[in-house]
Amino acid sequence: MTRNCAGTRREVIAHWLIEPFALGFMRRALAGCMALSLAGPPLGVLLVLRRMSLTSDVLQHGILPGVALGALFGGLSLVAMGLGGVLAGLAVALLAGWLARASGGREDSQLAGVFLVALALGVAIVSATRGVDLAHLLFGSVLAVDNAALLLMAGAASVSLLGLAVIWRPLVLESFDPAFMRAVGGHGGVWHLAFMGLVVLCVVGGFAALGTLMSVGLMMLPAVAARHFSADLPGQVRASVVLALLSSVAGLLLSYHADVPAGPAIVLSAGALWAAGLLAGPRNSLRARVWRPHYRG
Amino acid sequence: MTPPPVVLHDLTCVHDRHPAVHHLSGRFAPGSLTAVAGPNGAGKTTLLRALAGLHPAHEGRIDHGGLAPDQVALLPQAGTLDRGFPVTCRDVVALGAWARMGVFRRLPGDDAARTDAALHEVGLAGFERRLVGTLSAGQFQRVLFARLAVQDAPVLLLDEPFNAVDARTAAELMALIRRWHGEGRTVITVLHDLDLVAREFPETLLLARDPVAWGPTGRTLSAENRLRARLAAEAWADDAQLCRDAA
Repeated sequence: MTRNCAGTRREVIAHWLIEPFALGFMRRALAGCMALSLAGPPLGVLLVLRRMSLTSDVLQHGILPGVALGALFGGLSLVAMGLGGVLAGLAVALLAGWLARASGGREDSQLAGVFLVALALGVAIVSATRGVDLAHLLFGSVLAVDNAALLLMAGAASVSLLGLAVIWRPLVLESFDPAFMRAVGGHGGVWHLAFMGLVVLCVVGGFAALGTLMSVGLMMLPAVAARHFSADLPGQVRASVVLALLSSVAGLLLSYHADVPAGPAIVLSAGALWAAGLLAGPRNSLRARVWRPHYRG
Repeated sequence: MTPPPVVLHDLTCVHDRHPAVHHLSGRFAPGSLTAVAGPNGAGKTTLLRALAGLHPAHEGRIDHGGLAPDQVALLPQAGTLDRGFPVTCRDVVALGAWARMGVFRRLPGDDAARTDAALHEVGLAGFERRLVGTLSAGQFQRVLFARLAVQDAPVLLLDEPFNAVDARTAAELMALIRRWHGEGRTVITVLHDLDLVAREFPETLLLARDPVAWGPTGRTLSAENRLRARLAAEAWADDAQLCRDAA
């Protein structure tokens, strides 16, 4: 009886959690999302700390005109679209940085302007390009990830992750105390630019799976949620990666079983984990407002 | 430790073309302990930032006597840093060794020891792994003093070091400043508390955008000079004419 029951349980687990990944397209989607989950969230944590969360949004829309131009001139080649996306993303990052400085700190309004113009420009170019499906670019297609797309995602993620490891120390210092960095002769701007380059790369990597509308979903939502799970920076980075990996698996399973589009399912899973952290996470959560004992000293 | 003198040659620094420091010439002698005083908006912070290389000279120049940028250490005004940033006290203090550690090298062993010693010195032994977000304003100021100690620079610039700290913290930090002065470092401190200046600082520079007086504290802080500093306009004149002294 007991063995029978255990056997049933194993079958249930296999049915709900394992079998979906027996399919090749699900495995490729999972591999791609795991690559993005390793590279994106650490960048997201630093974006949050640098008060640049909105910039990620601007970048993901900013790459659309480049992707569209890539499709216009290179056909549906992923390399052309990826290259166009990286170039457009870098241009937008530089433009956003310049506008932020030139506008004396009122950068949110400038960024909103950039992202609206970029989105409109992208849609206009796509519409003028024959054979390109706008919805495909905007929303991505995780489940249609082929080997080329997987290579793009994994490559972009690897370079981003390794690059971040290289510039980690000066980047953290520049985020915490930029004046000190300048005063001791460090060139803060170089690290900022390198960081923006890595973010652009990761956004383009995410675009293949999640489209330009939700490309940073796996980067930002786990990063925003991470502060509810850990207080220190290494802890937040680890938490964000774990949350992103969980979101990837949960989202793909949700998509498979409930027939929800995979991209939104993944981003919704990340959103659900964020909500869970916000409500009941160990740090800075709403739970602390309700259940609030205090220490003696 | 005998640093070279820091000499200002007709220094003018501007914000949006209006002078914050106006035609200032003079010399911070090696090993001197100078207070920079004056009303709000007198250009004290701008002068310190210019000395630290963070604000460009609009006209004139600063002669550091060949000191490298990291040899002139700045304690920024409290409140300019994000105290919620998730770093530990030890990491912040160890940043003082940046010039010797740089981007890729390990923290040298003697700097690691110096970091712990500095935390001990400012009364924060046992706080190594605490996040700066959990500190009080006074404790955070102690952390920045410890970073300054690790930086071990011959010229120290302190911007209102005792703002937002209690009397006991201020007294302990003042003792540190006295010790740095005793070691022969040049210390330049922006302060509002003129009683403290008169008590502790041999030299004073009284600023009101234009220099009012610079020299021994007793003479600089004469009633007449203090009145002149107070009467100096605090606001930009919208109809200000171009300065005739401009080159």
